[in-house]
Amino acid sequence: MTLWERAQLAITLLAIDPQRLGGLVIRARAGPAQAAMLAAVQALNMPKVKLQHHMTPEVLNGDIDLSVSLAERRLVMRKSIFDCAPSLFVLPMAERCAPQFSARICQALEADLGHALIALDEAAEEGEALPAALTDRLSFHVTLDDLALQDLTPMTLPRAIEDIRAAVRGVILPAELVQEAVTLAASLGISSLRAPLLLGYAAQAHAALHGRNEVTDDDFKLAVMLVYPHRATRLPEDPEPEAQPDGANPPEAAQEPTQAKPPNDLMIEAVKAVLPAGVLTQLQSAAKQPASGSGSGTRRKGNHRGRPLPARVGPKNSGARVDLVASLRAAIPWQTLRKAGNPKAMGPIFKASDLRHKRYEIQSDRLLIFTVDASGSAAVARLAEAKGAVELLLGEAYARRDHVALYAFRGTGSEALLPPTRSLVQTKKRLAALPGGGATPLAAGLVAAFNLAVQERRNGLTPTLILLTDGRANVALDGSNDRAQAAADAQMLAQKIAEAQIPALVIDTTIRPEKTLQTLAGTMRANYIALPRSDAKSVSAAVSSALAQS
Amino acid sequence: MKQPFPFSAIVGQDDMKLAMVLTAIDPSIAGVLVFGERGTGKSTAVRALAGLLPPITAVTACPVNSADVKDCPAWCDISDASVQSIATPVVDLPLGASEDRVTGALDIEKALTKGEKAFQPGLFAQANRGYLYIDEVNLLEDHIVDLLLDVAQSGENVVEREGLSIRHAARFVLVGSGNPEEGELRPQLMDRFGLSVDVLSSANIDERIEVIKRRDAYENDHEAFIAHWQSEDATLRARIVAARAALADLQTPDSALRRVAELCIALGSDGLRGELTLLKAARAFAAFAGDATVTDDHIRKTAVLALRHRLRRDPLDDSGSSSRVARTISEILGH
Repeated sequence: MTLWERAQLAITLLAIDPQRLGGLVIRARAGPAQAAMLAAVQALNMPKVKLQHHMTPEVLNGDIDLSVSLAERRLVMRKSIFDCAPSLFVLPMAERCAPQFSARICQALEADLGHALIALDEAAEEGEALPAALTDRLSFHVTLDDLALQDLTPMTLPRAIEDIRAAVRGVILPAELVQEAVTLAASLGISSLRAPLLLGYAAQAHAALHGRNEVTDDDFKLAVMLVYPHRATRLPEDPEPEAQPDGANPPEAAQEPTQAKPPNDLMIEAVKAVLPAGVLTQLQSAAKQPASGSGSGTRRKGNHRGRPLPARVGPKNSGARVDLVASLRAAIPWQTLRKAGNPKAMGPIFKASDLRHKRYEIQSDRLLIFTVDASGSAAVARLAEAKGAVELLLGEAYARRDHVALYAFRGTGSEALLPPTRSLVQTKKRLAALPGGGATPLAAGLVAAFNLAVQERRNGLTPTLILLTDGRANVALDGSNDRAQAAADAQMLAQKIAEAQIPALVIDTTIRPEKTLQTLAGTMRANYIALPRSDAKSVSAAVSSALAQS
Repeated sequence: MKQPFPFSAIVGQDDMKLAMVLTAIDPSIAGVLVFGERGTGKSTAVRALAGLLPPITAVTACPVNSADVKDCPAWCDISDASVQSIATPVVDLPLGASEDRVTGALDIEKALTKGEKAFQPGLFAQANRGYLYIDEVNLLEDHIVDLLLDVAQSGENVVEREGLSIRHAARFVLVGSGNPEEGELRPQLMDRFGLSVDVLSSANIDERIEVIKRRDAYENDHEAFIAHWQSEDATLRARIVAARAALADLQTPDSALRRVAELCIALGSDGLRGELTLLKAARAFAAFAGDATVTDDHIRKTAVLALRHRLRRDPLDDSGSSSRVARTISEILGH
């Protein structure tokens, strides 16, 4: 079965049972493949509504329709965009969806209104992904990146779609397939219980498509290929330990758990066949770091919403937005009086003094980028103490609700231990597991931190760079062990950081403060703190005060 | 409208179900926070709760569901003292709800059509004497959280804006659910929840299969399924009503008070709120179990629920507060 056929099957199944299947994630950059897919979606006999990221809560939740209310002089509410006949919502650039927005969509999908969602995932960079809450609710996921133009054939829906729709609820799902669905999910590391449910619905839809009233193994296998692969977090290398619930689950005396039989190899093969090559390596790295979800903190913006302040009187500057509702409210209590003075006037009477302006309080979130030297020289000296200091700083970051990112550099390059997040527990885990040893590629660490700082500043965060190192750079950017070149590269980057005006802080972890590092900090226009030969607490105090100044 | 999934039909998740039942027995426990992974039945349980709760009697025309006409706020001008039995309100506070919608605001319709200044009650009014449910509570906008903190604490909603000066009772059980990966909760808000539950999806294959089967039955064999489980729900409801009645006569010996205090001191939980909630929860649990006196056993069963989110938070201690509480319980209460 080719990719395109699978995509078409997903759409056909969605057409059969949109409500229970929830929807489809289309992962493709804008292009002919995405266009063909959207054209195929047109075949679904449902009204289509496009969602936009800047939709305000008023649009999503419904609000007073002011113009109509004023014209008709009675209260007219504008319906929520979700308050309509069963529709197909299309969400472009779903990877940029804010958690609040995705949560609202999820609630609409679950509200039993018969809606379905097509999420277009155009993620390009690593770390960009759909909110997990959405992917969990949408049954299907198709990746169209590898499609050739000639593959794209127009699709047609089966003719008697209405009959199939009517039949799908009656399709029987045999008990052993339910068990199969659950075991398979467990062995693929899929913890959400929605997955086996959606699998069942997909299998039922497929059976109905072929006029069967009971799900067969074939239906089941196809459904597995459509629903499970993108949810898998591991591959069952050795199914035995997974099949057995672990010790956390005390054996109940009354109810002997049936010996979960290892999942059908055929099904796992089916999943493997569908997995794109890249996913396998992702799986393997995911297995090393069993963190669930991407942590939506990655894409959170600091500036795109603010705490609305009470609207303010007066048109002081022309750029301010008039808060219609607030202005109306200010005017309304006076209407009866003003009407008495001017009985002929139609509609409410406004005066300049009624105008209210919108105000928002915007506070940019701070992002602390910890760049930790984990090289052998630093490790011997003070890595443990540096970790302690970072942990204390993390505690404070938590209190201030800062975002935190963690980079470590050692050996030949730097490693992103944690993309920007607010989950400090994760940060701490990664930090504790950080091994030490190897050379000091200071420049590589600075490159990584610098890139992240620039990128996140675009996203509206205020980055601050915190560098913990002994400053003994001995690996240059090109990977050679040239001390002089390494130092020059570090200086060059420090210069760049200063030019980009990224606030920075350099913590010297050597026992005797290093002259070169002080120079580096000077170039970077960073605060320089020598890790005193004392406990981590005093370092944290020093850093806090330095941060407060910056 | 389809009947919600019945409460009794939820497989496993005993802690979550117990916590909700306890708040139904004693609403002054003031809330349940359900944090956990996706697809573990968090929202299903809350929606089911609405079907489980015993009805309340309320003044027919009262916007805040007052039990008696003399409790009705003066501004709603109610003369008709007739009461009716209504389902316990379970009100959804949607993300992105505006401040006006939550607290209530000037009634624009009346202002427009009649030129009079009237108050339009908001969600706080609707939720009075019932439940206020916030899905994805950790994503709630800060300014709504501030409103919530104040009202949940004082039990009274005060609106001072647009020339309105309105106050009304707003006592409700706060139920919040969320996924901790999407953001953490402000400690102040966390504190307002009486009980807290950490839900994990079951690792037991049999249980998971049962979940899917029941869901399937709910979808495909709706009437029979609902009929079967509604009787279970009715039994549970009767137990809740009986426990409410038993609560008044329940003996709380000084030894139990001492135990609770010892536990809270050993855990270093902030303030007295933990002690009070634990005591209430233990009493509700004793009443639910049909016992006449609060014993160590009741405290043991409810301590994790009542205390795990109240430990002095060290955000970096990942050993899990549940296990810390459990450890202290076994130290103090013995096994």
